[in-house]
Amino acid sequence: MVRFILRRLMQSIGVLLVMSLIVFAGVYEIGDPVLIMIGPDATQADIAATRGALGLDQPLPMQYAHFLKRALSGDLGRSYAYSTPAIKLILERMPATFELAFAAMFIALLLGIPLGLWAGLKPDSFAGRTIMTGSIFGFSLPTFWVGLMMIMLFSVHLGWLPSGGRGATTEVLGVRLSILTLDGWRHLLMPAVNLALFNLSLLIRLTRAGTREALLQDYVKFARAKGLSQSRVVGVHVLKNILVPIVTVIGLEFGSVIGFSIVTESIFAWPGMGKLMIDSINTLDRPVIVAYLLVIVILFVVINFGVDLLYGILDPRVRMSEGREVL
Amino acid sequence: MTELAAAANDVRWGDSSLWRWVRAYGSSRVAVFGALLLSVIVVLALLAPWITPQNPYDLATLDLLDSRLPPGAHASSGHLVYWLGTDGQGRDLLSAILYGLRVSVGIGLISTLIALALGTSIGLVAGYRGGWVDALVMRLVDIQLAFPSILLALILLAFLRPGLSNIVIALITVQWAYYARTARGAAMVESRREYILAAVGLGLAPWRVVLRHLLPNCLPPLIVVAALQVASAITLEATLSFLGLGVPVTEPSLGLLIANGSQYLLAGTYWISFFPGVALLATIVAINLVGDQLRDILNPHMQTL
Repeated sequence: MVRFILRRLMQSIGVLLVMSLIVFAGVYEIGDPVLIMIGPDATQADIAATRGALGLDQPLPMQYAHFLKRALSGDLGRSYAYSTPAIKLILERMPATFELAFAAMFIALLLGIPLGLWAGLKPDSFAGRTIMTGSIFGFSLPTFWVGLMMIMLFSVHLGWLPSGGRGATTEVLGVRLSILTLDGWRHLLMPAVNLALFNLSLLIRLTRAGTREALLQDYVKFARAKGLSQSRVVGVHVLKNILVPIVTVIGLEFGSVIGFSIVTESIFAWPGMGKLMIDSINTLDRPVIVAYLLVIVILFVVINFGVDLLYGILDPRVRMSEGREVL
Repeated sequence: MTELAAAANDVRWGDSSLWRWVRAYGSSRVAVFGALLLSVIVVLALLAPWITPQNPYDLATLDLLDSRLPPGAHASSGHLVYWLGTDGQGRDLLSAILYGLRVSVGIGLISTLIALALGTSIGLVAGYRGGWVDALVMRLVDIQLAFPSILLALILLAFLRPGLSNIVIALITVQWAYYARTARGAAMVESRREYILAAVGLGLAPWRVVLRHLLPNCLPPLIVVAALQVASAITLEATLSFLGLGVPVTEPSLGLLIANGSQYLLAGTYWISFFPGVALLATIVAINLVGDQLRDILNPHMQTL
């Protein structure tokens, strides 16, 4: 176990280093930010001065070495657009993204598992079929378009919910949260549902497949033969055994929810780090792009590491050396 | 459909024949509907320049006075009815959607085919050779698949800058790993079978063993993955274009049409975003229905998820 953890740790650090190099080299290629930052009437000397001040006049390997040295001490450079440390910008926006992602995951779980159980227990009923058809749509529907249509219906036509922004926030332990106020909830609901759609469908299908498989197992037949009630058979014997794949998927999908929140945040003007990333790409704000990508890579490495460990703990049958099969 | 049927026939699965294959496909009415819908969409996209009432790229035919007209409105010139309304530039939305369909489906197909060829080659070699090649490739695949495709594509496009060929490159980079993993898995199973051992024993060159004997027998799962991946490629392209990182404004795909409409959404002008989205949805649903049925026929052991 210790060897496994150490090996995975080494791999994670390797991934981080490689990614930082790729990200840095790639971002360097996307264009000269100086020309965008200063006005069109700037003289050649002004341009050179700005370039020198930002350290952009040095050769690329030197810039990377500097960057790495500073990155290790937590300094990922200053945003060109905001003139504040890039990492600070990202960390400021992070709670909003996490709040959105957690809300989306919560909605997906709250609806997905019961619906999946239902569809698994009664696969040929009308409700079962409807749930499955719905989940196919959940997979097929382009998320961003659904988001727009939600705005059209609930904000423009019905006027029930605001079309964007975060609403009133309350500060908890230094972090601003929307979920504690009614206005915050009204703002959070649509983006969260939009972001939840894909995972909701995934959970429905996973739960349904797991339930159908479990129902055929001897332990379920035995539990039934013992005369246990349906709710106990389903609630304890079936649910417990389908929880392992579900937990794994939730762990892995949390990363992709963070990734996809870029789209959702852009549609609903949710001030998270995904929106910041898109804005930074458009303004060629290199340090922010680099900082965002590195934060995301670290996040993913941590998530995958955690899921690997959790998987090994939850299911002793998994051979550690083999690793997991990504869905 | 006919290429797939032919491909299915070529690989000679024991007693299967084209007719048997078609009948198996037709056993699901929903799948037949999907195939029909997909054929209609492809035909419409192919014939777009000849059947659309207007060339949406020809600025001379556009009339700014006609911008943002609701569906069913008459053109100010009187000759034309805008069945699905017009967009912000006075473009007939129906024409723009059919042209957009060409771009979307074209990008999806091209990137999927190239990724299929690339990923399959890498996966076959990895699975057949084993050893460090295999370890390296699989490590790379694992790392890549741990990141959501949207993020990977976004990073690439942030570096490469938006554009038609760059979005194809991004989609290929995102997709190859799926095929590499599938091909590698199939190759590992197949390369232990007698016919491969026999081919090796006959002293055939390795490339011949891989191309003539291994590849055809690894095809069924690859076809299934490819069929379903076209849909995700189209969705991903639409999403990227929506974010402004995809196709150029001169050749709008469905995603860009939706993005163009989104700025009028709050003013209640729904159709500019709505109808391209419906076209996109129909395309993706049709492809998924066909892909699901292909999976059921070609690969009954694959878990339905």
